[in-house]
Amino acid sequence: MRNALLIAQREFRSYFRSPLGSIVAAVMLLLEGLLFQVGAMGGQGAGKAKLSAEVLSDFFYYTSGVTMIGAIALSMRLIAHEREKGTLILINTAPVKDREIVLGKFLALFTFLFGVTALTAYMPALIFVNGRVSVGHILVGYLGILLIGGAAVAIGLFASAFARTQVIAAVLGAAVLGVLLLLWMAAKVADAPVNNFLLSLAIHHERQRSFMLGTLRLENILYYVGVIYFFLLAATKTLEARRWR
Amino acid sequence: MIEIQALTKYYGARRVVGPISISIAKGEIVGLLGLNGAGKTTTLRILACDLLPSSGSVRVDGLDVVDNPDEVRARVGYLPDAPPLYDEMTVGEYLVFAARLRGLGQEDAEARVEEVLVSTQLDRVRDDVISTLSHGFRQRVGIAQAVVHRPRLLVLDEPISGLDPVQIVEMRELVRNLRHHHTTIISSHILSEISETCDRILVIRDGEIVAAGTEAELSSRLVEGAEVVVTVRGDAGQAKRLLASVKGVTAVEPVDATEPGADISSFRVEAERDVRQELCRALVLGDVALLGIAKNDRELESIFLRLAQPESKNGAEVQA
Repeated sequence: MRNALLIAQREFRSYFRSPLGSIVAAVMLLLEGLLFQVGAMGGQGAGKAKLSAEVLSDFFYYTSGVTMIGAIALSMRLIAHEREKGTLILINTAPVKDREIVLGKFLALFTFLFGVTALTAYMPALIFVNGRVSVGHILVGYLGILLIGGAAVAIGLFASAFARTQVIAAVLGAAVLGVLLLLWMAAKVADAPVNNFLLSLAIHHERQRSFMLGTLRLENILYYVGVIYFFLLAATKTLEARRWR
Repeated sequence: MIEIQALTKYYGARRVVGPISISIAKGEIVGLLGLNGAGKTTTLRILACDLLPSSGSVRVDGLDVVDNPDEVRARVGYLPDAPPLYDEMTVGEYLVFAARLRGLGQEDAEARVEEVLVSTQLDRVRDDVISTLSHGFRQRVGIAQAVVHRPRLLVLDEPISGLDPVQIVEMRELVRNLRHHHTTIISSHILSEISETCDRILVIRDGEIVAAGTEAELSSRLVEGAEVVVTVRGDAGQAKRLLASVKGVTAVEPVDATEPGADISSFRVEAERDVRQELCRALVLGDVALLGIAKNDRELESIFLRLAQPESKNGAEVQA
């Protein structure tokens, strides 16, 4: 764990020493702000007022999408960039386990996304002050954002471990995430029990909806934790396999 | 210190290293000499536990690289052909990070980095961001990260690649100074680096060690006789006769003088063995002013080409 934290610390600091971290954070916050104003708050002036809880749910819906995009955009560089730059060999030849490398990289980006997500807190706070929503709804919604963000980081990290270049990592990560996002559509055209199985694997649709509505379900938490674990394990095994290639 | 037995490494179906069996004693500086693509880097990456061998065993301090990779990594310092540097960090931060990654505690790492900054003459750029450093300093930082955790084995892949002549001399000096603390393996395709820095040379071709020994041993084994260039002032005819009279000399040919000046001439002397001592004596006794005598620089070049080139090319060269 010591090595994982060491790697995470260096990686996390690197986001603030290059324009990339600031740019991605700024773009994410800008998009989330715009979507909150236009999407979540939108339509209220047209005689079709939204309930505060609906505005909050919409906010979490948009924020989850932006968080996934940000996670894929930043995770592509986690390992592929180091491989391209030749710095991965520093970690590979140190007495550090592959799982510590993967965990450290995951923690760094997850913490970064946590920070960016925390900066959006003024938006639900505005709803909280001017409308009627429960603190529980806000907390559960944010938990959902962090879990889907964590899952996207793990998927991107696996892609970054697998691919030789950042571009391929980004494409691969986006493809895997896209498939998991669109499984609910495939479920619509499939027969039982396949449709239920596909729906249970879909990363956003029903899973995220419960968080958006402020409903905490253990199965959904376990699903996201499972996705994170699976892809972190896959990334670790990919790194191990590369030593034998 | 290092025991390699029947090591092979395959990339897919292609064998890139092996079978190699060598042993390296503690404190030795060994040069791994070969052309690009000969298998030097792959061999070194296996020693540094970055890659795992396909078969055979590699033991460092009695520890197997497959069974005890972390223990081996803690004992090895590795400088790849391109130094693994984080451009956004300062030199000091980077070295502390590298030291801590190799298991040193924060205080120990900071103290050790101070020592290494001095020994690698990096102390004046300690607070510089790595992206601003020159190529020479980047190489030095690469060496510093390799020694910062006091490894027993130091593995340097092309450490003087891309350096200017002054930096090359400084880097050689740095590597020589490291011999007191580490067993060192240096790879290169630059002959002078290997011959001037290393105790022993391993010549690698197509992934296999095709020759091992000191420069003199390889020379005596592979070069027929010796060749020296002699520069004298005075009667060229008499000098030529004196040189030819030395026992063991097989040919004396006038060549372009190695330095300008009146009555100065140079000769290429071919002999069955190294006859420099006898040549000096003959010229001095014959009252010819001896200005210079040196083994032909092309000798090591010729050894290298004979050993390192693919066999088909060697055959063509020998026939030619």
